[in-house]
Amino acid sequence: MAELFQFELVSPERALLSEQVAEVVIPGTEGEFGVLKNHSPFMSTIKPGILKVQNDKGAWDEYFVRGGFADIAPGGLTVLAEQAIPVSEISKDLLDQAIENAREDVADAKDDEARQKAEMTLSQLQDVAEALKAA
Amino acid sequence: MPSLKDLRNRIASVKATQKITKAMQMVAAAKLRRAQEAAEAARPYAERMEAVLANLAVAFEGRDDAPKLMSGTGNDQVHLLVVATAERGLCGGFNTNIAKLARDKARSLIAQGKTVKILCVGKKGFDAIKRELGQYVIKTIELRDVKNVGFSNADEIGREVLSMYDAGEFDVCTLFYSTFKSVIAQEPTAQQLIPAHFETSEGDAGEGASAVYEYEPDEAEILADLLPRNISVQIFRALLENAASEQGARMSAMDNATRNAGDMIDKLTIAYNRQRQAQITTELIEIISGAEAL
Repeated sequence: MAELFQFELVSPERALLSEQVAEVVIPGTEGEFGVLKNHSPFMSTIKPGILKVQNDKGAWDEYFVRGGFADIAPGGLTVLAEQAIPVSEISKDLLDQAIENAREDVADAKDDEARQKAEMTLSQLQDVAEALKAA
Repeated sequence: MPSLKDLRNRIASVKATQKITKAMQMVAAAKLRRAQEAAEAARPYAERMEAVLANLAVAFEGRDDAPKLMSGTGNDQVHLLVVATAERGLCGGFNTNIAKLARDKARSLIAQGKTVKILCVGKKGFDAIKRELGQYVIKTIELRDVKNVGFSNADEIGREVLSMYDAGEFDVCTLFYSTFKSVIAQEPTAQQLIPAHFETSEGDAGEGASAVYEYEPDEAEILADLLPRNISVQIFRALLENAASEQGARMSAMDNATRNAGDMIDKLTIAYNRQRQAQITTELIEIISGAEAL
């Protein structure tokens, strides 16, 4: 059993989670990464995706997170996400809505840079939808 | 001198008003508790965000490649004032105080020869501002249909502000709202959003920790990603503070109104009784003097 560390998942509207966990897998912008106890101080932005948390009993919880960043300090890990929903509560409609919004963003983009960004978000969201469908 | 019937009608009408104000006070009290909880729940996010940004900002202090949201556009000719108020009245000086602060600021900016643009969030603020500064209001955002302010509402406003900034439509952005101190005290506040200012906490653990942090992607990109988000977060916080302040202000205003109505009822009842007695006395005198005349 891995050693436990403090993990906090915070969205603008409320603090979702604040507990001792064994491992967290975070969808970073430049790739997924896992965090165990005594991770070196590290900060990364996150992409829309599934955040996995292993609690002290070894069970995995999954959360859909969007936009924000993960901050790993000696005292523990904090994930600030613009949107964070337990996967069990997420509905297909919600995701479809997000994908629809992303599509509109792609259509509305004024310059290449904005379009590229919007397209990236769209493809990330579609990945999430695929992953959820498979599960 | 109002007749007995007039007095009776007035007492009834004041009583009805008192019932309404009493009910409004109780509704505001219940809503206040919820608004306060929402404001408290949002605090950790805003605080963490600020701490991280302050840490990052130190590294970019005074550098040429600092993001524009932090360093500004280089001049301060055009000011955008975002005035956040309530959608409804009957809450004491709440809306007026915010509008007054914004108006004073706008006046002094205009006197300095700057250009002022105003973005109103909430109908009441617009109502209070339009008479004097109506031509400067570029847009009004109404949240009338929104029951509980969510982050998406704030995000929408944030995006609006950002897209205007990117289009070079203003140089400095100031947000006006009311800070919730307590149920009886709300303080109108002006906060500069763009360019962003951060209070750097000295001596905190943050100082030492930031030195050995690893960043992915690099600091510049993280900062560029977080600054726009921060605008929305600050607006969200302001909206929640506003919601709590509004209910607090309404509660004390309605408490006063209920008390005033009570005083008025007492006074009217005394006047009513006095007049009734006077009438009885007059009738008696008429009867007695009539009997004596026989």
